[in-house]
Amino acid sequence: MYTLTKVGKTYRQGQRTVTALKDVDLVIPQGQLVAIQGPTGGGKSTLLQLLGALERPTSGSIGLGSSVLSSLADRRLAKVRSHQIGFVFQGFNLIPTLTAQENVETALEPFRLKTDARRRRARESLESVGLGDRGGHLPAELSGGQQQRVAIARALVKEPEVLLADEPTGNLDEETRDDIMELLEGLWRDRGLTVVIVTHDTAVARRAERRLHIKQGRLTER
Amino acid sequence: MFGTYLLRELANRRKQTTIIAIGMALAIALVVVLNAVSAGVREAQSRVLESIYGVGTDLTVTGTFEPGEGGTGPQTFTFGRDDGETAEGTTELSQSRLVTARGSVAMDASTIETVASVDGVASAAGTLSLENMTFSGAMPAASDDGEVTQDMVAPAVPGTGGADGAGGSEFGVDTFSVEGVDSVEVGPLSATELVDGRMLEDSDAGAPVAVLDQTYASSEDLAVGDTVTIAGEEFEVVGIVASATADAATASDAYIPLDVAQELADLDDQVTTVYVQADSASSVDAVSTALESELPDATVSTQADLASNVSGSLSTASTLIANLGAWLSLLVLAAAFLLAILFTISGVTRRTREFGTLKAIGWSNGRIVRQVAGESLVQGLLGGALGIALGFAAVLAINLAAPSLTAGESPLGGLVGPSGPMTETAAETTVTLSASVTPIVLLLAVGLAVLGGLLAGAFGGWRAARLRPAEALRSVA
Ligand SMILES: Nc1ncnc2c1ncn2[C@@H]1O[C@H](COP(=O)(O)OP(=O)(O)O)[C@@H](O)[C@H]1O
Ligand SMILES: [Mg+2]
Repeated sequence: MYTLTKVGKTYRQGQRTVTALKDVDLVIPQGQLVAIQGPTGGGKSTLLQLLGALERPTSGSIGLGSSVLSSLADRRLAKVRSHQIGFVFQGFNLIPTLTAQENVETALEPFRLKTDARRRRARESLESVGLGDRGGHLPAELSGGQQQRVAIARALVKEPEVLLADEPTGNLDEETRDDIMELLEGLWRDRGLTVVIVTHDTAVARRAERRLHIKQGRLTER
Repeated sequence: MFGTYLLRELANRRKQTTIIAIGMALAIALVVVLNAVSAGVREAQSRVLESIYGVGTDLTVTGTFEPGEGGTGPQTFTFGRDDGETAEGTTELSQSRLVTARGSVAMDASTIETVASVDGVASAAGTLSLENMTFSGAMPAASDDGEVTQDMVAPAVPGTGGADGAGGSEFGVDTFSVEGVDSVEVGPLSATELVDGRMLEDSDAGAPVAVLDQTYASSEDLAVGDTVTIAGEEFEVVGIVASATADAATASDAYIPLDVAQELADLDDQVTTVYVQADSASSVDAVSTALESELPDATVSTQADLASNVSGSLSTASTLIANLGAWLSLLVLAAAFLLAILFTISGVTRRTREFGTLKAIGWSNGRIVRQVAGESLVQGLLGGALGIALGFAAVLAINLAAPSLTAGESPLGGLVGPSGPMTETAAETTVTLSASVTPIVLLLAVGLAVLGGLLAGAFGGWRAARLRPAEALRSVA
């Protein structure tokens, strides 16, 4: 469960300060599927970065479960990212030199597992996204949809509480987009995950339990 | 994971890896070659020094010359009226005496014991470098009641002398060098080879026996069994020696037992040079320092100091390597390190999204720094291996070409050694340079490779550690 109180985020750009988020109050109960929409530059990615413990807010506080992300040290934030949060990116962000299987294994690196256990868990995760037979392929040898599936497998292999996805279908064609959405929905339903998806696509947003809108750093419910 | 990821990255960025490794390899090869060549030059130098100063001489201790002292002062020959043979109104005079050689200063023989008692000294032997000056001439017969005293000033260039005394007199001064020695193993005799007869032996102490230099013996028409007159005493020639190098500049004309030389020169318990052999090459510097504090009034010279007396292309080579070589290898190393650092930093910058992603999925800074440093270290080691191979090839090529270097004692050189006053004709010796790679150089090469890799890794890692995890979300480039 996320609890955001009066969260603000500003960026410094030379002399100017850009306000990316302003006075955001938000509670996301465990297990909810939330879609965030809004115009480009509205602050969607910024909110997701705060939820994902990639950044600390400039003001206000963010709680995830019992941790207060807004006041954790870098090292502790890294631990939250490695154990509690799965992240899916618009551009897939796979390591190009590593195979699908190895890419999934990178997410288990902070767990210091034995090689066998690491391989087995990564393979199972790939199977759960329907790519059990593609483990040996490099990202370049896979289609966009397949690459995003590998990225989802990488996000889920650590069995996180939360899955965060920033426009996960933004780089995919319509057909593949539906596949990926169905996959995410299925995983959400099966695993009791909290899922937050940033999307431009209203068709995608409609499938969510709850829809939020961000414009000029202000959050509103739909 | 670490190893797989590392090797994939290096293989994938082959160009960067190759450039860094080649830069590193060139620098390390240069270090290897310069070290090998400089070891070769040192070795050639010590070969030359051995032929000049004697085998195994690591240091020499000589009396420090102070103006007014030593053998360059005026020498007085005093003739009583009965000294000459008078015939037809002319008195034939001849007198021979031993004086310390020019540039040599006598020290107390206790110096030898002092030297021998210093830690790290294997053996020490004293020598007395002397000149035998024979004054001969003719002058008008003196009146019976008078005594003629002729003060002779030894001419600046001995042997060409001859001073004009009283009217109608003619004088000549004939000199040759005499070395009092008490050891065959250490000191000037160790640089010679026996040609005929025998070497001096311990049992020769006190005996009027002499070993002559081959060149001197043939010019004077002397052979084993003949007698030679030194300071008016007859000496039996027991052996003829030749310098290991032709015309070794410091060879003496005659070698006699030390105690005999001391007695004849009226220099009881005095020596001019102590030849010192150290336990090992590595203790030479320590011994030198100890000797200097032990004997503040003496001059202590190491082989390196002695080497400064050696001229010719050999000494040019050694100076070149010592100065230019060191700077050049530092410069090239710095360039190679800089290249590696810059390429690594730019590599990390290009992988911003990749490292951001890894941070976003939970990799710690330490884990990412380790990955970057690991890659750099392997690049450095690749360069090191390549550099060592390259260095070996170059050393092999040098040895196949076998360049020869000339060496001679510089005419200005040397308060050291029994410098025969007439023989300093800057003799040239040719030595072949052979470079050799020592294990220490290999260790140095590996050390430099590791250092370069870690340095580049540290900078690259520092860059990677500063990346924000949010960089992962930057729109696809
Ligand atoms: N790292 C940053 N530095 C400066 N300004 C930023 C940075 N990230 C985002 N911004 C600014 O914050 C605002 C919100 O950006 P973002 O959250 O990326 O919007 P969205 O994802 O909705 O398109 C924009 O005006 C953007 O320019
Ligand atoms: Mg965005």
